[in-house]
Amino acid sequence: MLYREAGDFKTGYRSDGQTFPIRLDRWGYYALVAVAFLVVPFLINDYWANAVLVPFLIYAIAALGLNILTGYAGQVSLGTGGFMAVGAYAVYKLMTAFPDVSIVIHILLAGGITAIVGMLFGLPSLRIKGFYLAVATLAAQFFLVWLFNKVPWFYNYSASGQITAPERTVLGMAVTGPATSAPAKYLICLCFVFVLAWLARNLTRGTLGRKWMAIRDMDIAAEIIGVNPLTAKLSAFAISSFFVGIAGALLFSVYLGAAEVGEAFGINKSFLVLFMIIIGGLGSIFGSFAGAAFMVLLPVFLKNVLVGSLGWPTDLAAHIELMIVGALIIVFLIVEPHGLARLWALAKEKLRLWPFPH
Amino acid sequence: MKTLKFAALVAAGLMAAAPALADLVVPNLSYRTGPYGANGTQYADGFNDYFTLLNERDGGIGGEKIQVPECETAYNTEKGVECYESTKSSGALVYNPLSTGITYQLIPKVSVDKIPLYTPGYGRTSAKNGKVFEWVFNAPANYWDGASIAIKYLLDQNGGDLNGKKIALVYHNSAYGKEPIRTLQELAKKHGFSLTEIPVEAPGQEQKSQWLQIRRDKPDFVLMWGWGVMNQVAIQEAANIRFPMENFIGIWWAGSEIDVTPAGAGANGYKSVTFNGVGMDYPIYDDLKTHVIDPGKASQGGPHVGSAVYSRGMYAAVVIAEAIRKAQELAGTSAITPTQLRDGFEQLDITPDRLAELGLPDFGPEIKMTCDNHGGSGMARMQQWDAEAKKWNLITEFTEPDQEVLAPLILEDSEAYAKEAGITPRDC
Repeated sequence: MLYREAGDFKTGYRSDGQTFPIRLDRWGYYALVAVAFLVVPFLINDYWANAVLVPFLIYAIAALGLNILTGYAGQVSLGTGGFMAVGAYAVYKLMTAFPDVSIVIHILLAGGITAIVGMLFGLPSLRIKGFYLAVATLAAQFFLVWLFNKVPWFYNYSASGQITAPERTVLGMAVTGPATSAPAKYLICLCFVFVLAWLARNLTRGTLGRKWMAIRDMDIAAEIIGVNPLTAKLSAFAISSFFVGIAGALLFSVYLGAAEVGEAFGINKSFLVLFMIIIGGLGSIFGSFAGAAFMVLLPVFLKNVLVGSLGWPTDLAAHIELMIVGALIIVFLIVEPHGLARLWALAKEKLRLWPFPH
Repeated sequence: MKTLKFAALVAAGLMAAAPALADLVVPNLSYRTGPYGANGTQYADGFNDYFTLLNERDGGIGGEKIQVPECETAYNTEKGVECYESTKSSGALVYNPLSTGITYQLIPKVSVDKIPLYTPGYGRTSAKNGKVFEWVFNAPANYWDGASIAIKYLLDQNGGDLNGKKIALVYHNSAYGKEPIRTLQELAKKHGFSLTEIPVEAPGQEQKSQWLQIRRDKPDFVLMWGWGVMNQVAIQEAANIRFPMENFIGIWWAGSEIDVTPAGAGANGYKSVTFNGVGMDYPIYDDLKTHVIDPGKASQGGPHVGSAVYSRGMYAAVVIAEAIRKAQELAGTSAITPTQLRDGFEQLDITPDRLAELGLPDFGPEIKMTCDNHGGSGMARMQQWDAEAKKWNLITEFTEPDQEVLAPLILEDSEAYAKEAGITPRDC
């Protein structure tokens, strides 16, 4: 009754092709953006920023990146952690080598460097597919982590091999380093998420996105209708790695502040981001956000409920938490293999008919 | 309405439960799960039990009860940050995360939040320089002390001469394992031995190639910086290639019962550095038994009481409790703030007499910290595993590390940090 397209007249192709064709959706989106930018920064504290919102936003970028590659272009990748490490080490080297340049430019450049590295490791995708490609990207993961551990130049020859983010400011506000306030941390991540999600949405519904999807659905057919697999696959690797690189750069510089490659960007990170897009929904922008929220918030939520409210021992809670998250992943895959995004779409379809379903 | 309720429920769930503010809060960032859980559990139990003992026997410290809220980090830096953020608003006085990775993460944060960070025997070595690291303490000993004491012991064993000897360092390939390399390189130069660095990828279940390399290179001595499952595997592999165990020395974190027992008799003679006493021949265990274990108040039911890592966790709690006592004395109030506790740490002096009074005679070296020395004397001793009796035996007295080599390195590293982080060293 409330949620319907009736009465929402469209008089041009532009309005017909918009992201949110239903008025209520559009309003909801504007309201969400307004709350995220104008209300949350005034309410946020250190705990909410560091434990909940900043990791959610950063992983949302990584999930968007992997979703472009795996969900839209159909190229399976297990190298996400390695590519995040490239972003992190690139931003670290840039921050320390050019302290006067804005951190925003450094983060974008780190994304660019990751895009080049991603393209390099994407080359095998021209010859191999599916599981074999997954193994090739797995090699990228291990090689990159080994490289950043082995070559002291990457960590500026520090004794422990740790990289530590120095303080950098945007518009006079510290966004990296220990003195960063919670709103500044949150806002810098939110700005990147907002721009990148907007970019991803528009890329995926344009020419490039259609090429990716054609390659995903059937590469031979795509080639016959004139899609160049070389440019389509490599552009998917480049753009996906750009997103992942930015996520890695933010994870290190804004969120963690100090990082160690094996621990922060190990194979677990690759799996975590892969789970996010599988649970959220392959080939969906909303799914990337939903998956990131699920994987970041659920453990924190369970921990606070089990330990904080119920007073269980921490080790029992940690084990139960692993079991619950694992069980939920399986339940989701059985009940809704297309992820949270599909559930959301179904709910919206039902709402349109409500209260008179067929 | 339903969604609103659900959102409120989720929001409430994400909010950390805040404990009462009245007591002294010493959070225990522990890890009882993951590849290091077996060691982390013992340490956390020792840490909890000592504070339980103080609460039960003495009614806390200076009449203030101590609360030890536990938070599981799984040795993971991201979870460590979450634990830090969720506990710091509860009036946390001091943090002891038992992870070098998490320590590196917290050093800048505690400096801004002004909360002491106590990292006995781990963390950043150069934090010993209190002029730069105002909020970080790492007494009684740090990794460079450990490295130097191990080499000193080898010098003693070899008539003061290590010239031409080959020493291999098997290390956990992380910030923790890389810590001693700088010092060992300097010591290699000074004493003329050659050093081979052999990294082991975390968590360290797979070490075949590393030990093959050792079998081929035939080093005279092997040093190990390992933790968790890596120790067990390394000692088993060393036994498999029949490496003489008495020439195999681990750092204190590679010197607990669970590290050596899986190798059985093969581990006999394995040595490790330690900065605390071992075994249960200390009077404190009587008190612990009466007030904590027998009434059933021991952490996790007390299965690890008296183990090497348990003792070390207890020792950390002892030092923190003594610092709190000192801070109360200095501030003239029992409800101290983190800043007052910092002052307590800086004027801490745990003499051998005081240790005996606490029921721990000769348990650790004398700890005396000052404004510019946050690391104490750095003394440690050696222990050796007796596989038949299944116990560690202390084989040397507390020895001083080679400060002549260490002091310039600490100064250099801490100054580099000060420059990087934009800190002006304070006057002491």
